[in-house]
Amino acid sequence: MSIAEPAVVAERQSRTLARFAKPALGLLLPVCLAAVWELLVYWGTVGPPQTLVTLWTYATLALHKLGILSSAQIPLSLPDGRLLPPPSRIWATLVELAAAGELQRHVAVTVGRVAAGFAFGVAAGTLAGAITGYSPLLRRLLDPTLQALRSIPSIAWVPLFILWLGIFESSKITLISVGVFFPVYLGVMGAVVSVDRKIVEVGRVFRLSGTQMVRRILLPAVLPAYVIALRSGLGLGWMFVVAAELLGASEGLGYLLVDGQQLGKPAQIVAAIVVFAVIGKTTDWLLSLAAAPFLRWEDRYGARS
Amino acid sequence: MTLNINRVSKTYANQVRALDGISLNVEPGEIVAVVGGSGCGKSTLLRLVSGLDNPSQGAVALDGDAIVSPHPKIGIVFQEPRLLPWLSVADNVGFGLAERPRAERNERVAHQLERVGLSDKAKVWPRELSGGQAQRVAIARALIMRPEVLLMDEPFSALDAFTRVDLQDHLLDLWADTKPTLVIVTHDVDEAIVLADRVIVMRPQPGRVFAEIEIDLPRPRDRQSAAYDFAKRRVMAALDRSLDRKVTTDDGETKSDTGAAMWW
Repeated sequence: MSIAEPAVVAERQSRTLARFAKPALGLLLPVCLAAVWELLVYWGTVGPPQTLVTLWTYATLALHKLGILSSAQIPLSLPDGRLLPPPSRIWATLVELAAAGELQRHVAVTVGRVAAGFAFGVAAGTLAGAITGYSPLLRRLLDPTLQALRSIPSIAWVPLFILWLGIFESSKITLISVGVFFPVYLGVMGAVVSVDRKIVEVGRVFRLSGTQMVRRILLPAVLPAYVIALRSGLGLGWMFVVAAELLGASEGLGYLLVDGQQLGKPAQIVAAIVVFAVIGKTTDWLLSLAAAPFLRWEDRYGARS
Repeated sequence: MTLNINRVSKTYANQVRALDGISLNVEPGEIVAVVGGSGCGKSTLLRLVSGLDNPSQGAVALDGDAIVSPHPKIGIVFQEPRLLPWLSVADNVGFGLAERPRAERNERVAHQLERVGLSDKAKVWPRELSGGQAQRVAIARALIMRPEVLLMDEPFSALDAFTRVDLQDHLLDLWADTKPTLVIVTHDVDEAIVLADRVIVMRPQPGRVFAEIEIDLPRPRDRQSAAYDFAKRRVMAALDRSLDRKVTTDDGETKSDTGAAMWW
């Protein structure tokens, strides 16, 4: 049995701390903003504390003396949080929706749509990107058309998709797939085209067959760019699911947005937005987490801690 | 296995004539160094021998077997290590042995890594190696295939002077294991004389053989000896003459190519 040196223990502790402290750094800004907003709305409803009022009076007076404000009598008005509800009210809305089982249902529907659209979009984008990257002939044949289609704002497809596919799931999933397709297609094609010729030559020297070349050289070489393409594809998937659900849905987080607007429930809108942010960030994180073991070899600037 | 280069010419698609009628025979186990000014087609020649490119005219053959694509008996080490960054050092060295049973592969990789003095680096990623270490891994990756001919394209040119001298000695040591035929392209005259039995001096535009100089010195060669110095002076003189003269280009116009000291 060995007794760890105090210095070693201290280092291990600081490393554990660093592991949790670094992601926590990213939470600092949103948490601070939420806290300030909460406090302002709280004071706005129960009345501000005397010190704040005094401070305000002195501040306006000073600004008036400096000639910045024309009048020294500006009353302190604080937000009541009706149009931008404070975090506590958003949280209460979320709890309420969750208790009724509504939240889970809407989240499940939206996640299902994104998953299906993402799957189709990634499959098509990967295939198209791989063949156009691999074959110059197919690239000349297909790429201009695909680039032209890409420059169409994807929302423009919505009326057509609804005519073709109806107002239910198929048109929504198709729209999401279209959104996911283009970044994946571009990423894969760009990655395949820019695989280092020198590395491919190593494969040729070892007389790899076509499939061996793909499996042992091309796939690992394009993997980093592919992961980035998947992540931007997923981001667009979340964007397009909102578009699809805003334009006629009876379920889903996008429906919560429309419902909140029509019934004048800003807390519900912000709650849905927050859920989007949380799920979007989580799925992106899961994707990069899943890819990380395959990319440990990378020699990246961003890898330094 | 005799390597036979028979009146080989290479014209690229952009009409640049890189090589013009090169003939060269390399005996088994011989070490040949190819030197010459930049743009004289040294690297092109090596690519033709490796089968990565094909000659426009003439042929390269290994024991009568025409080389039109990479050949299992011919290995190549490039100017850059060209390691696969996603494989560990050991997996890079064993890259060409993927079809062999795991036990044999592991054993050969371990042995080869030991020969290049990098056993302790087997598990690390290529990014963690120094330039000299990476090039040693590249040499190990080629040698593990037990090539009969090993081609090297300025393999040590990117390294500092100390590392370069180390690796030259190291290379001779490795060569002595199986004595493959070695064709090494270099712009370092010292490197050519330390390593080679024969130095081929090429002249540019288009690339042709200008002179062949036998280096009949016993190994290991003393870089300070008078005989070494003499050989070096002969090669330097040939190099200078290969450039410091009017060079006639293909379309008949003559072009003065002075600057003998700037031959690299």
